[in-house]
Amino acid sequence: MNIVVLLKQVPSTESFIEIADDGVSIKTDNVKMVINPYDEFAVEEAIRLKEAHGGSVTILSVGREKTTESIRTALAMGADSGVLIQDSAAEGCDSLGIARILAAALKDIPFDLIIAGQRAVDDDNFQVGVAVAEYLKIPHVSMVIKEEITDGKIRCHRTVEGGTVILETSLPALFTTQRGLNEPRYASLPGIMKAKKKPLDIKTLADIGLDAEKAGKPMTKIMAVKYPPEREGGTIIDGDSAQAKAAALVRVLHEKAKVI
Amino acid sequence: MSQQCVLAIAEQSDAAFRKITYEVLSEGRRIANSLGCPLTAVVLGAGEDISKELGEYGADRILVADNQALREYVNDAYTNVIADIIDKENPCVVILGASTQGKELSARIAARINAPLAMDCVAVQVENGNLVITRPMYGGKILADVALDGNPQIAAIRPNSMSIVKTAGAGSVEKLEVDLGKTDLTFVEKNLETGKVELTEADVIISGGRGMGGSDFSVIEELADLLKGAVGASRSAVDEGWRPVSDQVGQTGKVVSPNLYVACGISGAIQHLAGMSSSRVIAAINKDPDAPIFSKADYGIVGDLFEIVPLVIDETKKIKA
Repeated sequence: MNIVVLLKQVPSTESFIEIADDGVSIKTDNVKMVINPYDEFAVEEAIRLKEAHGGSVTILSVGREKTTESIRTALAMGADSGVLIQDSAAEGCDSLGIARILAAALKDIPFDLIIAGQRAVDDDNFQVGVAVAEYLKIPHVSMVIKEEITDGKIRCHRTVEGGTVILETSLPALFTTQRGLNEPRYASLPGIMKAKKKPLDIKTLADIGLDAEKAGKPMTKIMAVKYPPEREGGTIIDGDSAQAKAAALVRVLHEKAKVI
Repeated sequence: MSQQCVLAIAEQSDAAFRKITYEVLSEGRRIANSLGCPLTAVVLGAGEDISKELGEYGADRILVADNQALREYVNDAYTNVIADIIDKENPCVVILGASTQGKELSARIAARINAPLAMDCVAVQVENGNLVITRPMYGGKILADVALDGNPQIAAIRPNSMSIVKTAGAGSVEKLEVDLGKTDLTFVEKNLETGKVELTEADVIISGGRGMGGSDFSVIEELADLLKGAVGASRSAVDEGWRPVSDQVGQTGKVVSPNLYVACGISGAIQHLAGMSSSRVIAAINKDPDAPIFSKADYGIVGDLFEIVPLVIDETKKIKA
């Protein structure tokens, strides 16, 4: 089974995010860049499926050169090859533009299954994976916490508010990951050594038969970014006893904040 | 061309509207007023009897496709049907909830009809006939103002962030015959915990972290039950296996904005703070006086949660009595 994982490199979730001087982007210098955590679940699931069913795992990404580090990490975990679309024209794309680029790149990569993160934890858009499925005219299931593949069919357990829904479809298909799907492995030292020799192709938009115009003019534009209203640290409730503190807290929540 | 409308997609589960539906209708009405156009609601998989109610939240027309095959949400059938409705109704704005359903539905529709989509909007403005929305990024560490350019423009609004407004209106209900089109997905079954309050919709959330020391969350659950709230957890508590992943609040879990968030034994890692800082009121109980959570909390108690929380329960019962 040929599996493609869509991967994005993002600032780690431990990062403090600082707004850049242009007021519409964030500072990326000195920010630790990692595989998007939801994509890491996708890499792990793909490797497990390959171990169970055979086949290959290809990592596909759109990004800057630094993204090769994250692709190498995925290769060190056990993926077989990587493709990075690196093109300055891709940097102005919105989610649909990125999805069009990925879909165009997938014309040259055989796949039975595509796995993507439910969202990237930088822009939190929840769009790219689903849009790729639409452009490829294949079904998708999002926020999958468990999957089973038998006889060319995939059965996905999708998380919804208050529970799960089970859906089934034929391959080829795409699903997006939910936390809890698996516990991603660490790259082993032999894995890291092997990864250095695995193929990692860097392509431009022209290489995949696209130009900036075909990728589409962005229809969403960030006009400004700002910090959320700063929360003032409030009152530490003092009291002679735990009882007094608890009573004071309940009183203030009831009488002043009126939330209970 | 007939006049454009704002199209609001209702969301139902077992033929009852989810809370987000009323938020979507109310916000849709407000946008329609700004644009000076009518508000049309779409209901899939529920009856005309319950759909009438949407008129009270501002819908001028309510289009109802009470098709048996649409009772359960399945992405491809819903996408096909809604894309057809968008084609016929020619809306300038499509608004829906950024629920687990709305997130993937809006993304698939946006790609299908080549329309701009803003996900998880917490505020929507109309400027020169176009939407400018505010949405969190980086798990809430940043808010972005995003301008949309296209027709229609799609806004998926974050649950619990828009107010519900009743109006005096009564919309006209119209029955729709729909074609499900080509579908590949089969609904097998659903397993919902009955009576469980969903974190993203909860008015009150009581969360536990590493300070819980184990999987016994009974004091947290008791306080949550008492306040008709939901139980949340920090990433450490989920990583330890004490709570299910669906309870996780934070940048890699759920971003929540309840009226009251009570953090118990949660130190306040940056990725957790990002997920709950937009709560209206935050209270924290932690042994460590230097825990970062206190810098975000409106009210803090330094102490042992296993001692404090049961006392909070007793005191709450007194005021409820």
